[in-house]
Amino acid sequence: MVPAAFDYRAPSTLEEALSILKQRGDDAKVMAGGQSLIPLLKLRFSQPALVVDIGRLPGMADIKRENGHVRIGALARHVDAEQSKELAKLLPMMVEAVHWIADPLVRNRGTVAGSICHADPSGDWGSVMLALDAELVARSSSGERVIRADSFFQGPFTTTLRPDEIVTEIRIPLPSGRAGGSYHKLERKVGDFATVAVAVQVEFDGHKVKKAGIGLTAVGATNIKATQAEKALVGHELKDDVIAEAARLAAAAAEPKDDNRGTAAYKKDVVRVFVQRGLKAALARAQEVKA
Amino acid sequence: MKVTMRVNGTERSGNVEPRVLLVDYLRSNLALTGTHVGCDTSSCGACTVLLDGEPVKSCTLLAVQVEGREIKTVEGIAQGGALAPIQVGFHEEHGLQCGFCTPGMMLVGAALLERNPNPTDDEIRWAISGNICRCTGYVNIVKAVQHAAKLTSGKEAAAVAGGTE
Repeated sequence: MVPAAFDYRAPSTLEEALSILKQRGDDAKVMAGGQSLIPLLKLRFSQPALVVDIGRLPGMADIKRENGHVRIGALARHVDAEQSKELAKLLPMMVEAVHWIADPLVRNRGTVAGSICHADPSGDWGSVMLALDAELVARSSSGERVIRADSFFQGPFTTTLRPDEIVTEIRIPLPSGRAGGSYHKLERKVGDFATVAVAVQVEFDGHKVKKAGIGLTAVGATNIKATQAEKALVGHELKDDVIAEAARLAAAAAEPKDDNRGTAAYKKDVVRVFVQRGLKAALARAQEVKA
Repeated sequence: MKVTMRVNGTERSGNVEPRVLLVDYLRSNLALTGTHVGCDTSSCGACTVLLDGEPVKSCTLLAVQVEGREIKTVEGIAQGGALAPIQVGFHEEHGLQCGFCTPGMMLVGAALLERNPNPTDDEIRWAISGNICRCTGYVNIVKAVQHAAKLTSGKEAAAVAGGTE
């Protein structure tokens, strides 16, 4: 398969990239690792007039801790998250999740931010970012704005990012105090997209939940933040009845469709079971994070 | 547009349309047909090459993205006519039947051994999880990588022993 013809630019500075997008953003696609975009180009589902390859922009591949956040640069690849000592220590749920993404070869090229901007509702990072209350930093030639993950995803493959903007980094607030998380995914074979997956992150104040994040993968038009389920946890101990109620609310928030991976009813029940398992795992794993 | 990269240690440049995939550039422009096209959807790994030493799928990479970087294909594994340990491993352990997946499997195996000279079977299976074999099954492929690991560590041990004499 060969993509339709396109112009190609590989700017060497962010300013140059933004100026290209200012002029031609409407018919351009930004490419980082290309692991989502190139398959779309080859299938000709996407036929942009211009591909702007940001893969050569300097200094954007770091994952580092700064001012109470973990900052993930736009060019940090899945494998960088997989091998990050900072993430393993501060947000181990992310490292658990990344093992489920595609396969080692794709993870050597694909980027965390690129995957999020691709906004496939079956993508794993979207749910992780919703559960962690991440923010995306978007730059254009007219300035910078910060977009919360829960107002980023609009529909399948559609986000609130403007055509002249580039996501330059992801900021994830560090948990304070005791925290734990988990990522559960059901897939038919290794490297497949999720039938269903659930990201859970919980912060504790003593035995009670101080803050909870739950993100759902592949059960709707976007990754879904299970807000009602999160609210039902705050202020409570993670006893069985509290967990069961949150799991029920999360399943109610899911809007899956029947497809060759399973029926809608089955997927909703997997959400319920994975939220239960996820919360129990988060509780069992909870540890002090020194922010 | 012009693209220049090092392929198996030699600088190669050519003119390509931006839409040309690396695998097609290698096979058609450079006549390096050891890199195979399997699924053409970045699922099977038959098109695996090493990009700056890391295995990637060349069907999901534009040739122009590789500007200034280093590619190794299966043709670049053997050193001066002698089979590399990973090739000996696949030969000795019958790590192939039809051979279609073999270039990718060997490159992934060789890259793993660079990073981790003594992998467990599980680590090998994890490393090859992006590469599909449709005839031997994976048992002999894992054995082939283990064979290469033993050869490599044996050589290192011999070199160390030789050095102390």
